[in-house]
Amino acid sequence: MWAGRVIITAVNRKWAREAANKMTGFATSIIACGCEAGIEGDLAETPDGRPGASVLVFAYSKDLLARHLVDRIGQCVLTCPTTACFSGLSATEQVAVGSQLRFFGDTFQVSKVIGGKRYWRIPVMEGEFLVEEKFGVQRAVGGGNLLILGSDSGVTLQAAELAVEAMRRVPGVILPFPGGMVRSGSKVGSRYKFLRASTNDAFCPSLRGLVPTALPEGVNSVMEIVMDGLEVQPIEQATRLGIHAACIPGIRRISAGNYGGNLGKFKIYLHKVLGKAVLP
Amino acid sequence: MTTLTIRAQPQAPLEAEVITPDNFTGRSAAEIAALPAMHGNERVSLGDFFEIDGDGSTGITLNGDLSKVKKIGASMTLGSIQVHGDAGMHLGAAMRGGEINVFGNAGDWAGAEMTGGKIHVRGNAGHGLGGAYRGSRYGMNRGLIAVEGSAGNEVGAAMRRGLIVVKQNAGDFAGAFMVAGTIIICGKLGIRAGAGLLRGTIVALQPAELLPTYRYDCTCHPGFLSLLFKELRNQGVSAPDEYGSGRFRRYSGDFNRMGKGEILVYDQR
Repeated sequence: MWAGRVIITAVNRKWAREAANKMTGFATSIIACGCEAGIEGDLAETPDGRPGASVLVFAYSKDLLARHLVDRIGQCVLTCPTTACFSGLSATEQVAVGSQLRFFGDTFQVSKVIGGKRYWRIPVMEGEFLVEEKFGVQRAVGGGNLLILGSDSGVTLQAAELAVEAMRRVPGVILPFPGGMVRSGSKVGSRYKFLRASTNDAFCPSLRGLVPTALPEGVNSVMEIVMDGLEVQPIEQATRLGIHAACIPGIRRISAGNYGGNLGKFKIYLHKVLGKAVLP
Repeated sequence: MTTLTIRAQPQAPLEAEVITPDNFTGRSAAEIAALPAMHGNERVSLGDFFEIDGDGSTGITLNGDLSKVKKIGASMTLGSIQVHGDAGMHLGAAMRGGEINVFGNAGDWAGAEMTGGKIHVRGNAGHGLGGAYRGSRYGMNRGLIAVEGSAGNEVGAAMRRGLIVVKQNAGDFAGAFMVAGTIIICGKLGIRAGAGLLRGTIVALQPAELLPTYRYDCTCHPGFLSLLFKELRNQGVSAPDEYGSGRFRRYSGDFNRMGKGEILVYDQR
């Protein structure tokens, strides 16, 4: 998994958030969306001193990430009033973003090298779009997850909301699904040959009598929280905070999908995470 | 730190391009004193004009009136030079790296055709600042020149890349035949600025009289200026915050050529 951090600035927080929201739309699952993206948070300090938001984007490969960055910045940030866009990672690996988007300027674009970095000024109807030529990217961790198993859908949703609120405080982590959670966790494959992923029947309460279930007695609803992070440590930290926050009356179990241990090279054991010290 | 203090004023210009950290590094004071220079048409040694005290490090301090000493730091690639007094012509010409600080004035052609590094002049600078020598295709090509005072004619003439900031006034033909890069003039901009300019940006913070070959485009907030002023502050050059987010009148030109350059004039309304 590769990741990039995009800093979006605008005349005020409303427009920075607007661009960030658009840019992270339809980016919940890498399987169907091509990338996963989320808003990391608002920024007090930005390259041009204006209000800003930080977005993390994750994709399978460096090339795919570059393509998604260009597409999403081009369609969602360039188009948004007053915005400018900068790389938020000073990684040694870089991908071309501004140097691709500049062609929208139809030969009227202008570059400026400031502090050793090249920026492109692209003339647009509203004024000018400023974008950094190259964006730092790095290897990252995707697919961290928590399963919250509750006695009913109300309490499970409440626990998941509390967990999301706590987990979103960790920098370097995003929760790409709606409201930070997913009610329709999937398993790999399907009874339909054309489908790569399908409902995680072992965790579906309504299928308890039909399939080998993974649900303990008394569980009637399950919510999953999926995390992507720039490093494994922030994901561990978010997992730890999420577990603590989700432990409310009515929650019967907190688990995680390990997909046979084959999802990736990182393995986060919930009991071990709970024993780890809090990161600064 | 190697310290050179002038003890005898040259009668003719002293061409001392050997005064660079590249030449001084690893040399003793005696070896530095023996380095050659030209006094008019006469070959001399640095020791004939300077009291030298040094350890051969990459830092050089020059003391005294050096307005007749030419080519200080010319073609240097590293280290730093501090000039406590006035510096002569061609200061840091063709330099590729390192830093020169002048706590006085600099003569003509300071930073001419430089390709990297930084020159910071606390006083005034002469003509041809960061410019191209006669017959050369390009002037300054990367790097930063900051002048706290005023500069003469042809600031950044034919410059290719880089940034020049003049905190007070600039003479005529600033940015003439500029190819790219940025020039900021905080005071009065002389006449015929940007004549023959191909690309690049001239920023005028005071009202300016422009050539008729420039056309008014719009009044705008150029976003890159806030980055530029922030970078200046990072480089130790004070820059007023209000201009970074201010309104500028944008003029395209020079339409005698491509017309792809711009002059941004601060809108004081």
